[in-house]
Amino acid sequence: MALSGLVLAGFVLGHMSGNLLMFKGPEAINAYAAWLHANKGLLWGARIVLVVSTLAHLWTGIQLTLENRASRDGGPAVDATRRATLSSRTMPYSGVVILAFAVFHLLHYTFRTVALGGVEFGDNVHGMLIAGFSSKPVAVFYIVSMILLCLHLSHGVSSVFQTLGLRNERWRARLDCLAQLYAWVVALGFISIPLAVLLGLLK
Amino acid sequence: MVQENGKEQTLALKLRVWRQRRGQPGAFEEHALAAVPTSASFLEMMDMLNEQLIKEGKDTFAFDHDCREGICGMCSMTINGMPHGPIPGVTTCQLHMRNFRDGETITVEPWRARAFPVLKDLAVDRSAFDKVIQSGGFITVRTGSAPEANNIPVPKPIADEAMDAAECIGCGACVASCKNGSAMLFVGAKINHLNILPQGQAERDRRTLAMVKTMDEAGFGNCTNYGECQAHCPKSITLDVIAKLNRDYLRARVKEFFSSTGKPSKGGD
Repeated sequence: MALSGLVLAGFVLGHMSGNLLMFKGPEAINAYAAWLHANKGLLWGARIVLVVSTLAHLWTGIQLTLENRASRDGGPAVDATRRATLSSRTMPYSGVVILAFAVFHLLHYTFRTVALGGVEFGDNVHGMLIAGFSSKPVAVFYIVSMILLCLHLSHGVSSVFQTLGLRNERWRARLDCLAQLYAWVVALGFISIPLAVLLGLLK
Repeated sequence: MVQENGKEQTLALKLRVWRQRRGQPGAFEEHALAAVPTSASFLEMMDMLNEQLIKEGKDTFAFDHDCREGICGMCSMTINGMPHGPIPGVTTCQLHMRNFRDGETITVEPWRARAFPVLKDLAVDRSAFDKVIQSGGFITVRTGSAPEANNIPVPKPIADEAMDAAECIGCGACVASCKNGSAMLFVGAKINHLNILPQGQAERDRRTLAMVKTMDEAGFGNCTNYGECQAHCPKSITLDVIAKLNRDYLRARVKEFFSSTGKPSKGGD
């Protein structure tokens, strides 16, 4: 869970940073996309690592959730949660939405089979993103999914340290803070693009 | 003691208490209890309820208790959803009725976890903890005459840390409060207590692997870092022990994986 999560959390930061080239203009983002596609080894290496990590994350996540539900045996009749955060309590739910989003996102911009109206964009990634996010429901779905990603990361990133045994009471608050920051940077970075298209700032 | 006009204040309470026979489904029973002194402990209030039930010719409620001074770990009630009740850092026996309001409805139920089956009413079977201790919560020493205390030097910070972990009284509130029914805080405390002391080094890796295996087999859940255990632990054991348990477990697994067989491999040179 922690190791696959670490790979995926690292990936979203990298992906987000690349996306920000949208604000530098069509040439920058299209050149970046062309460079990625030219480096077949890097591209396919990353894809394989991501698919394996996603499957591992899913498998361990499902196992963890089922085992923990069974162990709890219903729980007390009165709920009196003292400390568990919203993000920690909603990890399976935010995870499922993020998975559904990832599938849609791949069909949308990688396989280009949905929500693009059958237009061929070829190497024009910039044009494809503008056209994709011009649809309000699509842009809103992207934004909502990224808010859930923020929720998921804000618990996940600090949990990685606990699972690997690299945390104590002194560092817990600092790492929680770091995780919050990481989650917000990633989410806001991603959200900025559909939002900018919706507001007409990116054309 | 809260006093008014020289007389101690009393409470009239409405109690919803769990009634269950072993292996059968349970349900809440409601009882009214009057004139509960605010200086009474929660267990003394339960004694009053049982005395009232005896006078009424009804069955009493079974509940675990022993030392009644907060050190034995026997008392085990979930009070209004909180193991050991609303005051952090105290056991049920050290919880006093002045922390409740007159006319309040109090819900009392047993620890809820698959690994702790209900024996009767509020008493649960916590022998899963005993099994975890039996699998590695000890050190091997020559018994008989007591060893000289200063033969093995223990640095003061290590002694302090071990004592912090040894504060765990094994009551099971961590399991009862955890939304995953996980026993990681208990196992973490027990492993840390021994693993950091020089006396515990001989069995360090074996202990860690065996106690974690026994914990998993007993049907406890896994830690997902909710932090509820720390917030409900009557001895305020922190999540540090879980991080250190994870660290020691990883270390033991890596060492086990690369352990020497003492023989050359077949086909090798």
